[in-house]
Amino acid sequence: MKVRFAAMFASFLLAAPAVAQQQSPPPAPADTSAQDEGLSVTVTDESAWQNLQVAIPAFATDREQPTPANANGTTALGLELARVVYNDLKNNALFKPTGPDSLPRPAFAEITAPAFNIWRGRSAEDLVQGYVQAGADGRLTVGCYLYDVALGTELKRGGWVVDPADWRRAAHKCADLVYSRLSGESPFFDSKIAYIAETGPKGHRIKRLALMDSDGANHRFITSGQATALTPRYSPDYSKIMYLSYVAGSPSIYVYDIGTGSQRLLFRTTNETYAPRWSHDGRMVLFSMATGGNTEIYKMPAAGGRPIRLTDNPAIDIGGSFSPDGSQIVFESDRSGTQQCYVMNADGTNQHRISFFGGRCASPEWSPRGDLIAFTHIVGDFHIATMTPSGGNVRDLTRGWQDEGPTWSPNGRIVQFFRSQQGSGNSSIWQVDVTGRNERRLPTPVGASDPAWGPVLP
Amino acid sequence: MNRAAIVLAAASALALTACSKKPPAQLPPAPEQNAGPGEGQLPPSGVTPGTEEHFKQVMNGRDVIYFDTDKYNIDSDDAAALRQQAQYLLQYPNIHATIEGHCDERGTREYNLALGERRANAAKDYLVSLGVPVERLNTISYGKERPVALGSNEQAWAQNRRAVTIIVQ
Repeated sequence: MKVRFAAMFASFLLAAPAVAQQQSPPPAPADTSAQDEGLSVTVTDESAWQNLQVAIPAFATDREQPTPANANGTTALGLELARVVYNDLKNNALFKPTGPDSLPRPAFAEITAPAFNIWRGRSAEDLVQGYVQAGADGRLTVGCYLYDVALGTELKRGGWVVDPADWRRAAHKCADLVYSRLSGESPFFDSKIAYIAETGPKGHRIKRLALMDSDGANHRFITSGQATALTPRYSPDYSKIMYLSYVAGSPSIYVYDIGTGSQRLLFRTTNETYAPRWSHDGRMVLFSMATGGNTEIYKMPAAGGRPIRLTDNPAIDIGGSFSPDGSQIVFESDRSGTQQCYVMNADGTNQHRISFFGGRCASPEWSPRGDLIAFTHIVGDFHIATMTPSGGNVRDLTRGWQDEGPTWSPNGRIVQFFRSQQGSGNSSIWQVDVTGRNERRLPTPVGASDPAWGPVLP
Repeated sequence: MNRAAIVLAAASALALTACSKKPPAQLPPAPEQNAGPGEGQLPPSGVTPGTEEHFKQVMNGRDVIYFDTDKYNIDSDDAAALRQQAQYLLQYPNIHATIEGHCDERGTREYNLALGERRANAAKDYLVSLGVPVERLNTISYGKERPVALGSNEQAWAQNRRAVTIIVQ
């Protein structure tokens, strides 16, 4: 699983054909100060770069070699790598990328010395080139270079050494590099999503815990479906998943260890437990526990220990999402008579309602950037909406019949949620930008709900 | 205990107003009763007293109570049904019951788990107030995960907002 930020540039330069270096020495890492203004724009004014033409030709290889990552060797793998980068950028609709299937294939020597004239002729504004090499130990070295075609300069480069099984991660890292450099935003492609896979008719629906990469690849079912599974949450280090299961009859939260495949009860009790949440450092967890008809929110060490009750109210208090600095928690309560959103300090003090707009506020999730809270806005239909942490600037991002359960991309720019169809109740995972644009459905092999997006992988 | 008192008070307060709504015009279809392969075949003439099947037969629909949207109070119809359930449970002192709490699909998933638990406990507390020993009653919330009516309309939702009492041996 490890991606090593190797000191690979040295080795690449050694390995690169001498002729390339003579013709055009690899440019020094870009001095970003001068060209920054025109190229790096914040998303709030995305119109300037939304239509950037980015060419992504197939990655080159120094020599054709067999690799477990691709049955046809490293040349074919180079094409696949570029396709992953292309799809990442295309699916988020922020750029106008052109993929490797409609572009000439640069030679290995050109990776560090692009034929800018050719790319100018194709009206590419930016160019992503890369290479892949299979090492003697079987591991792959992937290099990624972003160029400004008009200026003929390198903007950014990155390199990663990965196990063959993790080849897609290198491509996601490259897409993240391009996205970050051109948008000025934090990366998010190299991340994973836990969710609930749904099959079967509405009256007998089977709900299984499942995992996938942020682009839907490497899909994997974790539970068999014999017991209903709901509301998963990845631990920040991706080693564990907390989720709700009916495996013992009544709903309880379990901590599933991805490495060992074993699981344990989060907290042993005869009461029902719901709504598991991790703190950002993974040390603390929140959960909600019902005692005789009254659900309250508790906090306890992730490793186990004594839960501390944070809420104390005859109403339903449930859920919870930490602010990025961990000092506050946004949660849901019907203490006012209907579901509304509240904020409290992490120790349970200073509980105050923040949602005072029309409709109800449910399943709030604090953005990793801290600037917004996403929630389910119940106005008859369910919409995904955002507001500031003080409850201002309410904005509906979606208009589905039933859109619920928001989860943030690691960079706080995209919200995923699940959409249920009226009648059939069939669910699928969708995402939308915080701008309300670029709504799209995620490809999943079967029905899907309760997406939970994890952080960017190290 | 407090909760039971509150529920009872709420029930009597609502007794005059809420009876027109419930039970829903069309009762949910009975779940399929598979006797299980090979064994447990009951004589066609009757069912064994104290079993879930017998309970359902005697209750004749009153093994289920229904709730208004987002509500968990016990209204007069519910109270009448729970009185019959309590009578049955007291008649067969060796049986235990599980009360399932359910919600309609028009609520968020986690909130509905808590709301289903609240509904199941409202029914349980009422049964306890009628003398059923608390040790014989168990609750489980299914939130909106197990609808019995499959439409997306008011009628279906009314059938799904329910607490179902099930006899366990």
